[in-house]
Amino acid sequence: MQSISPPGTTARSHDALIEAIAASGDRSAFAELFAHFAPRLKAYLLRLGADAATAEEIAQEVMLTVWRKAASFDRSQAGAGTWIFTIARNRRIDRLRRERRPEFDPSDPALVPAAPAEADQTVWTGQVEGRLRIAIDALPPEQSDLIRRAYFEDLSHREIAEQSGLPSGR
Amino acid sequence: MADDSPAFHPDPEVMLAYAAGTLDEASSVLVATHMALCPRCRRESARLDAVGGALADGLEPVPLSAGALEATLARLEDHDQAASLAPTEACHDHATLHSVPEPLRSYLGGDLSALPWRWRGFAVREMPLDIAGGGVRASLIRVRAGAALPAHTHTGVETTLVLSGAFQDGDSRFGRGDVATATHSIDHRPVATPEAECLCFAVIDGPLRLTGPVGRLLNRFVRM
Ligand SMILES: [Zn+2]
Repeated sequence: MQSISPPGTTARSHDALIEAIAASGDRSAFAELFAHFAPRLKAYLLRLGADAATAEEIAQEVMLTVWRKAASFDRSQAGAGTWIFTIARNRRIDRLRRERRPEFDPSDPALVPAAPAEADQTVWTGQVEGRLRIAIDALPPEQSDLIRRAYFEDLSHREIAEQSGLPSGR
Repeated sequence: MADDSPAFHPDPEVMLAYAAGTLDEASSVLVATHMALCPRCRRESARLDAVGGALADGLEPVPLSAGALEATLARLEDHDQAASLAPTEACHDHATLHSVPEPLRSYLGGDLSALPWRWRGFAVREMPLDIAGGGVRASLIRVRAGAALPAHTHTGVETTLVLSGAFQDGDSRFGRGDVATATHSIDHRPVATPEAECLCFAVIDGPLRLTGPVGRLLNRFVRM
């Protein structure tokens, strides 16, 4: 087992590393992010059925996107781990499922804005990622496994139905 | 704005599958278009993304092959020079802009009034949309004020997002932004309310609701 350093023990947080890339194209910050995230992205893609070469290729593409889109990272909206996860998820849909990832457009004139009281509710920043991980690890193994499967397994309706023994509805 | 907020939302399991990236594209369009109209589900989606981020960060790392960092560093400059693709801004009339939020609007291929609608009976018009994904059908449906919606005759799950107008189904009124999920076992006959035409986006044979425990499990500890 590789030890995982708790948040705050490194000189610069992952959030700060992305901001350094955005501010000054900091290649050492990129190398530090790469060392942490690329092997986890590869693990994530392998879990979802990519072969080793494809997983590695997509992990590298995701990191290139991190470099290119660093300026759009906003730590008040999502922590570094969450932001990078969403990039990897969308890239996987594009490459492995060959579908598009539809998302709402925050600047859409048809968007219904949040009421002011709702706008300053809990923000899901990097700190929250750490708390969530602790909460998931504290669950009984069969429960945390159920949650991991929801994120790390992509089964067609029929496969899920067969696994669960329920009719597939066709 | 609270009064504009939808009262009926996608199932928690569907929100989870959207966050995980395992939901089919048509259902994802429905979820994301609902989110444009629903601040509550936008927050829920941010939470579920954070769970995904936390889980992915907790995976046992798998080393990349030697030289992967150097190879990636060497490509950074390519990306610097690559021209960023400006999103193509399609022009839509006011009714289409107002009624149909993104991402659904981008799938229309034209203004609502210009689409090749097909009559389904006297009061219902349908416009099938070409959205990828095996076995899942997606359509825009227009129902004349006071008329019944198409009967739910198939065996799969049908999910409907109201874009304008409203329909009544038993005791429940579904207005703009609301999501109705119907299965074959539910005996229902929704009817458009008498004030106005009802415009809906329907996804047929979308995800089955088999992962129920996961949604409930997440709800228990995610609200922190
Ligand atoms: Zn909602």
